[in-house]
Amino acid sequence: MSKHHVTTTINGEPVEYLCEAQQTMLDVLRDELGLTGSKEGCSSGDCGACTIICDGNIVCSCLMLGVEAEGRDITTIEGIAEGDKLHPVQQKFLEHAALQCGFCTPGLIVAAKALLDTTLNPTEEEARYWLAGNLCRCTGYDKILRAVMDAASVMRAEAGQ
Amino acid sequence: MSYLDKAALKVVGTRPIRPDGVDKVIGRASFGADHTMPGMLWARVKRSPYAHARILKIDTSKAERLKGVLGVVTAADFPNIANEEAFVGEGPMNFRDLSRNCMARDKALYDGHAVAAVAATSAAIAEEACDLIDVEYEVLPHVIDVEAAMAPNAPILHEDMFTAGVEPKPTKPSNVAKKITFTKGDIAKGFAEAEVIIERKYSTKPVHQAYIEPHACLVTVAPDGQTTIWSSSQGQFMVRAYCAKLLGVDMANIRAIPAEIGGGFGGKTLVYLEPVAMALSKKTGRPVKLVMSREEVFRGTGPAAGGTIEVKLGAKKSGRIVAAELVLKYQAGAFAGSPVGPGCMCAFAMYDLDNVHITGYDVVSNRPKVAAYRAPGAPNSSFGVESCVDELARELGIDPLALREMNAARDGTKTPYGPTLVNVGYLQTIEAAKNHPNYKIPLGPNQGRGIASGFWFNIGGESSASVHVNEDGTVAVVEGNPDIGGSRASMAMMAAEVLGIPYEKVRPVVGDTASIGFTFLTGGSRVTFATGMAVTQAAEKVVEQLKSRAAAIWDISPEAVEWRDGKAFPAGANAGSFEPLSLADIAIKSGRTGGPITAEVSINAQGAGPGFATHVCDVEIDRETGHVKVLRYTAVQDVGRAIHPSYVEGQIQGGVTQGVGWALNEEYIYDKDGRLENAGFLDYRIPVASDMPMIDAVMVEVPNPRHPFGARGVGEVPIVPPMAAVANAIADAVGARMRDLPMSPPKLRAVLDEIDPPRMAAE
Amino acid sequence: MPRVNYEAPTSVDDAVKILAGASGLAKVLSGGTDLLVQLRSGRIKPDLIVDTKRIPGIIGIREEGNFFVVGAATPGVMLSSNAALEHAWPGIVEGADLIGSTQIQGRASLAGNLCNASPAADSVPAVIAARTTVVIAGPNGKREAPAESICTGPGRTSLGKGEFIVEFKIPKPKPHQCDAYLRFIPRTEMDIAVVGCGVNVTLDAGGTCTDARVVLGAVAPTTVIVEDAAKALIGHKLDEPTLAALDAAAQAACKPISDKRGTIEYRTKVAGVLARRAAAIAFERAAAR
Repeated sequence: MSKHHVTTTINGEPVEYLCEAQQTMLDVLRDELGLTGSKEGCSSGDCGACTIICDGNIVCSCLMLGVEAEGRDITTIEGIAEGDKLHPVQQKFLEHAALQCGFCTPGLIVAAKALLDTTLNPTEEEARYWLAGNLCRCTGYDKILRAVMDAASVMRAEAGQ
Repeated sequence: MSYLDKAALKVVGTRPIRPDGVDKVIGRASFGADHTMPGMLWARVKRSPYAHARILKIDTSKAERLKGVLGVVTAADFPNIANEEAFVGEGPMNFRDLSRNCMARDKALYDGHAVAAVAATSAAIAEEACDLIDVEYEVLPHVIDVEAAMAPNAPILHEDMFTAGVEPKPTKPSNVAKKITFTKGDIAKGFAEAEVIIERKYSTKPVHQAYIEPHACLVTVAPDGQTTIWSSSQGQFMVRAYCAKLLGVDMANIRAIPAEIGGGFGGKTLVYLEPVAMALSKKTGRPVKLVMSREEVFRGTGPAAGGTIEVKLGAKKSGRIVAAELVLKYQAGAFAGSPVGPGCMCAFAMYDLDNVHITGYDVVSNRPKVAAYRAPGAPNSSFGVESCVDELARELGIDPLALREMNAARDGTKTPYGPTLVNVGYLQTIEAAKNHPNYKIPLGPNQGRGIASGFWFNIGGESSASVHVNEDGTVAVVEGNPDIGGSRASMAMMAAEVLGIPYEKVRPVVGDTASIGFTFLTGGSRVTFATGMAVTQAAEKVVEQLKSRAAAIWDISPEAVEWRDGKAFPAGANAGSFEPLSLADIAIKSGRTGGPITAEVSINAQGAGPGFATHVCDVEIDRETGHVKVLRYTAVQDVGRAIHPSYVEGQIQGGVTQGVGWALNEEYIYDKDGRLENAGFLDYRIPVASDMPMIDAVMVEVPNPRHPFGARGVGEVPIVPPMAAVANAIADAVGARMRDLPMSPPKLRAVLDEIDPPRMAAE
Repeated sequence: MPRVNYEAPTSVDDAVKILAGASGLAKVLSGGTDLLVQLRSGRIKPDLIVDTKRIPGIIGIREEGNFFVVGAATPGVMLSSNAALEHAWPGIVEGADLIGSTQIQGRASLAGNLCNASPAADSVPAVIAARTTVVIAGPNGKREAPAESICTGPGRTSLGKGEFIVEFKIPKPKPHQCDAYLRFIPRTEMDIAVVGCGVNVTLDAGGTCTDARVVLGAVAPTTVIVEDAAKALIGHKLDEPTLAALDAAAQAACKPISDKRGTIEYRTKVAGVLARRAAAIAFERAAAR
């Protein structure tokens, strides 16, 4: 079985790779491209640890084939900060101690960033339901929600709202 | 030195950003599956599809011939280990059992039991090769549940298991590995004096720790046997010891490096993959990467024990409990070693009782061998006892908090398992719960409030830590505990406090087995206590060295130097008028004053203070569907001294949420052939973000004077009360007493229908 | 994951040719949120995956005459953000919105949900309740079929070799017609429906029901169109006796199994509960439209 040649954009950079058809986007990111920030927690789309943004929507990279990335625009955890400037979600996660083991953190940060890209004014309930696909076993979600709501308020202020 | 005066502290008690935090929020931190090496092979484990079967033959020839396969191992590639109690690790452990759990020998004892493993040039080839391994099984009758496993005609797992702790010694093999008892006073006399007696039976199902990171390791064995292991575990020294034992090599030839760990909760205090990867690497001469899938985690790794809890309480009408009896039957899984001991010991530890009798049974059955899970054994027995105390309170018409206060353990109480309590804060947690605004919020229709208490011993144990002063006056701390909850931040904080320098000038590192002295694993809520103690002592030794170096620089006696705010000062005018010297000033001259400034301390920390908690849970019930919504949760806990309050709160909130999942929806579901039906996060239902409210974690500080900063363990206590708190809240809301976990909607709806049968449409 | 071949045709005709001519098992890939899970678990072992997402028009929502036409591979997130569809058929949008997490929503499609043929599919009851037809492309050209004709049993569809769904034609609602979808799950999210119920009603100016469709999911091998439940509603306002009759009809139509998600007894009772609650929401919405 020959490999597929894929040309895509990851974190704003043009990227090319070879992959077999059955390799998931998560496999490609981790094993072919060395982008190990996205994690494998379940491989069945139930935990969200592999969350990436594809053409503006958050998706589970474990439920997407590497070949499907052709011509698409992908953002991973490695692309959330800008150089050494952390995104407000990342900064607030640190300040609020919204991570303990840190394994679910990349997926959560990508998902939370995507939430704040759609609205800067989520209610706590809206945020909880948006993030329901990101399992965390360590924190009980409390500090995660506080971090997300605080990041939203910082971003509202920056946007002059 | 003692740092018990909170007001004098500058760093401890604040909330700085953890030093490993940035790496974790940008995705750069390296977990077990993130490591690679050139020439690395991918491995995969073949697992038994039968719950109980004799392994007659394993034919690996077809797999070995598949292009890309470089090695296959079975039990034949491991030494046959004799019966031997392990000298390291959490919970009862036998090396022979551990070896057979990692790779089945003679018998497959549960659906998912490892029977062979393959290393190949790609994951896809390794997977194909597993399918080509032919295993000939003789399928045997199996048994899953605890009471079924104890029945006289139950299928026997181990022909050489005879129940220990029973007189006369049994001659027939059994699935009951042991029976234990604890006695205090005279319960016959106690029950005779009781004015009210309540007797109830409760049950819990096994639940998995459900860490989001599956087990993963990368192992490389050189031709001369020297081995490097990267794995995420709760203890690299445990990994080294277990691998050395299971493969029959010297410990000096194994270097175990801790990767960042994506959750453990006790489930990673033992090994599954490392010995297998080691055998494969030895065979193939290449580094081997072995990672579990989520399905394998559920089918092949140890959950918490489930079992039955029979409680009998005798009390006066005033509420004073005069007799308490408990029988626990816990599942150990396929090999002996459930935490029935701690379950017995913690059950009544919140209460000051004169007459107690506790019996515990450790029972094997055809499911994965249980592993530790946060306060192992205690959540189960507390579910029973705290529910029963609530039933007693209702029977007597006494407020549940008042009943607990009346019977509370306090300083001077002798526990049923022996030690006398000192410097404990249980009463303070009751007081704080009573006075919390949440306790006064009025409840609406179908809403209820439940109270429950909890206890965990917490342990100390062996820890090593070293503190080095760098040439520029900044400091490195090396310790040996994988950081599962923010502990390395606390280590840096304690060192910074002792040295009197800013937190950011102290960088902590979790060292591997070759880089730091022996350290017992991360578990038992011991790290801040024991390793913190070692770090503190090492920092103090460094301060003594700094003072003597300053003395050398000033040419005065070391007794004439004092250390304050990160600097050496002459102690009084008579010592001389010298400008203070900072760490940087002293460090740059260290070569001329005696050499590097460094200290390593190894201790066996004693005096770990136990932890108590009182929880208040508010729920709302949908009567028609049996759905339970947690409205509010207040968790009050005696934390000794919160070194980093955010991470202490985090432990409380995390433990509470695990307890809520255990209470409402988590369980293993087996089919009639003993195969696991819900080996994934879809149908093994842990709480999601929308299931939980904010959790009010209230930290009460009754310092533990045996620790320099007053710390006591905090991580495990929070999981002990929630199941009973939720059950008691449900009873308060709708009058339905749920005694069998999980309290899932169909079960609650069924109980509600019994209380209040639905009217038929025709009426 | 087992090895597999992959094609991404750029026209309906090419897709049909590839599917019809496949020598082994060929599966269509839309959002992949069911297919990849099953591939990984070994539940299915296809030789070929045919990705339809590059076919023009297969993703998108448009209004054509009296219909909303939804491309087969349109992800849930596009359905939720289409204001016209959301206003017309909030139950369909709700149903699609409840499939899994936000991440699943970024990919999961109506066609995938329907053709996966799980009795518990969340988008299917409301889609059927709206009397949706699907447009199928195949070796013999295009044909239309009612959505309820597609699932023939758990995991089985009526599609022939070489056939795949191209679009969903959802009729626009009449005045005072609207729908609702409810499901019961043990947690608040992320579970497969234990019971699902889609209710579609048309009311007259006075609030009396003139037309209805009640569809239950997860209580039988395929979704069930409960004729007796519709009969209980038609000609009535949503008063107590009507609700009781509706409840009873819903319960009577259940042929569920006991499995790891629910027992027969429980599913039956909850079907009645959800029918009542979904009908109440549908009536309220219909009255306001």
